[in-house]
Amino acid sequence: MTKPTRRGYDGIVVAAPTTIPYERYSIHGAQRWIGQALAAALKRAGLRPADLDGFCCSSFSLGLDTAIGLTQHFGISPRWLDHIPMGGASAIVALRRAARAVQAGDADIVACVAGDTNHPDSFRQQLTGFSRFSTDAVYPYGAGGPNMSFALLTDAYMRTYGATREDFGRICVSQRTNALSTPHALMKRPLTMAQYLAARPIADPVALFDCVMPCAGAEAFLVMRDDTARALNLPSARLLSTIERHNAFAADPIQLRGGWAVDRDELYGMAGVAPADIDLLETYDDYPVIVMMQFEDLGFCAKGEGPAFVRAHDLTARGDFPHNTSGGQLSVGQAGAAGGHLGLVEAIRQLTGETLGAKVADAKVAMASGFGMINYDRGLCSGAAILGVDG
Amino acid sequence: MIPPKRKNPLLRTRAALQPPAARSRTALGITAAAARGGFALQVCAACQAVQYPPREICGTCLHDGLAWRAVPPEGTLIAATTIRVTADPYFRERTPWRTGMVAMDAGPAVIAHLPAGVAQGDRVRLAQKLDRAGQGAMVALPLAQPGDLLDDPMMREMTCDPKDRRVLVTDGRHAVGQDVARAMLAAGARVWLGVAETWRPFAAVEGAETIELDLTDADSVHRCAASHGGRLEIVVNTGLHTRPGGILERGDLTTARVEMEAAYFGPMRLAQAIGPALRARAADGTHPACAWVNVLSVYALANLPSWGAYSASQSAALSLSQALRADLRPIRVVNALIGPLDDEWHQAVPPPKLAPAALASAIVKALRDGVEEVAVGDVAQDILARFRDDPKILERELAS
Ligand SMILES: [Zn+2]
Repeated sequence: MTKPTRRGYDGIVVAAPTTIPYERYSIHGAQRWIGQALAAALKRAGLRPADLDGFCCSSFSLGLDTAIGLTQHFGISPRWLDHIPMGGASAIVALRRAARAVQAGDADIVACVAGDTNHPDSFRQQLTGFSRFSTDAVYPYGAGGPNMSFALLTDAYMRTYGATREDFGRICVSQRTNALSTPHALMKRPLTMAQYLAARPIADPVALFDCVMPCAGAEAFLVMRDDTARALNLPSARLLSTIERHNAFAADPIQLRGGWAVDRDELYGMAGVAPADIDLLETYDDYPVIVMMQFEDLGFCAKGEGPAFVRAHDLTARGDFPHNTSGGQLSVGQAGAAGGHLGLVEAIRQLTGETLGAKVADAKVAMASGFGMINYDRGLCSGAAILGVDG
Repeated sequence: MIPPKRKNPLLRTRAALQPPAARSRTALGITAAAARGGFALQVCAACQAVQYPPREICGTCLHDGLAWRAVPPEGTLIAATTIRVTADPYFRERTPWRTGMVAMDAGPAVIAHLPAGVAQGDRVRLAQKLDRAGQGAMVALPLAQPGDLLDDPMMREMTCDPKDRRVLVTDGRHAVGQDVARAMLAAGARVWLGVAETWRPFAAVEGAETIELDLTDADSVHRCAASHGGRLEIVVNTGLHTRPGGILERGDLTTARVEMEAAYFGPMRLAQAIGPALRARAADGTHPACAWVNVLSVYALANLPSWGAYSASQSAALSLSQALRADLRPIRVVNALIGPLDDEWHQAVPPPKLAPAALASAIVKALRDGVEEVAVGDVAQDILARFRDDPKILERELAS
């Protein structure tokens, strides 16, 4: 039996890229951040809440609420509803589900929203109860949080492939350059390689500028048919292809590759493009080692050649390989689950000409990727999407 | 040997915090193994896959039969980090703290605490140790263990080495107390040996300082607590009042009351008097207070009717120790379970019998290993094995 070909996303577009400017700490609940993003996205599209018939939410800090509680809180009555607890992969997963719902006619307009609040002790509280495996087998071991987990992955990656701290520094420094023109970026000062290398160590070899700053914020976008977007006079980008994979390479003793490597041929094949056709890439950048893995596993260079790749390319928005063009989480901040939406929202902005900061010249095809959920020793979720605009 | 420096009394006293204690019930299998000095992981009954982290369902074949088994603890350290910033107050006081990822020969990848000196690429042996929250934790040790391993700051958190610690042994009138005092001195401890009614003749132990202590006398206990309570790191409660006799043959409660005083009320009195100070100093300085040791009859687990009232007093003492374990944490409560001693009260009992000196060295070893429970001698080990197999069967066996 031959595997049937996946159906394309003909006629499905994404629009209304929305960001509620981040704050380091907020006295408000996640409900407010998510509601603000939903309101802003609807306003951008000229829609009333009653026009919305699909809603998809991601958050870590809603307490006992999920998407269903938010329908009453926000006064919306969707006929399609989803809640996606996959952290940094949530945006890609939300996009995939929403696109199929719209394509099938189960909904006409789906708002995909992610948002989190951040109080001074919320990061620690979230760590203590993140997952069963982390409560049993990670948190009691120094309570280093994701810094420890990614320090181990970074250590193994450096030893296996010869990456240096400078190689990771290239990613962080170029993202900071991109962030300087992003109005809502929390990191507003330039970062030099010397400053990167001299930074305070956090969990060796991870140092301060390898880590994201947890903050409050929200991101949103709308999924609809192209004729709906035209009727709303709304700039939009076509969804060309997507992939999603969970718990890939479970037998690897430590994570040196992610699930993208399983599915990337399908990603490019479905979109009918090659890596060289990608005008800008928005990776999930909780730590630079994960960015380097995405360069490799998404096919921009061979496995283990990430260090050489970053040495050979200018990763800024105006460089030859525009990457994380708004500054990414490393420079804008990590607003919880919204961190997974940041890159996808920025990719939409670049394609629809709605950029807030640095603009990639003549961008026609963009890729956004997601990565999430260090349940125990590795990120379990991976996903990616290719978007395009005509012209 | 250079003794550790005295703590500067002007420095702030480090609070007796505990590392994160939350675990799933399943993960307490590691705590149970660590408490007994074993090493166990879940093994699938259907496909034999070794599991970690602890699971409810096999991660290889979805079978639900996962039993805790001894598995080969060797592996290779494939990544390591030194944590310098942490969210947890306990670890914040102890950074830099090393952890690493061990690829076990048996299959799983394990995040473990690391002592200084083990490096990426090294072959290691995983051990399960109790941390200061009294929870089991994975520790990766070098295959060839250096002699000073117990001096490593991480290992000091997991163990209770008597070296350079101040130890109170409660009953210097008994051979067990005397031999425990000698063993502690040999292990590098400073020892105070309690003796009741010091005006009566007693055999002093060379090197140990005799102090007046009678656990049945509240005034005596409070005097001891006032003079020594703030400078003890280990307490060994060796109070044994071992008398044969079933319930009916004794005819009255006189002996039973004395047994309960020795086994239950006396240690409770001592715990109430010095326990709070001991616990408050559980993180103070380089050699903080760390352990409370009880010597208990293994018949605390199941009554031996020919020593029926004595067994009951030991059950009370065992239950007291479990309460103290929770109350005194992060102080570790260690129970040494024993069978008949080779002493004057067991002349009619056939061998094997436990020599007090053997018990004393087993207590020192239990402290160094960091365990909570140790059965000392053949009889105690035999009874404990039968108890774990089936307590009801053991009850009937002992009643024949
Ligand atoms: Zn199995």
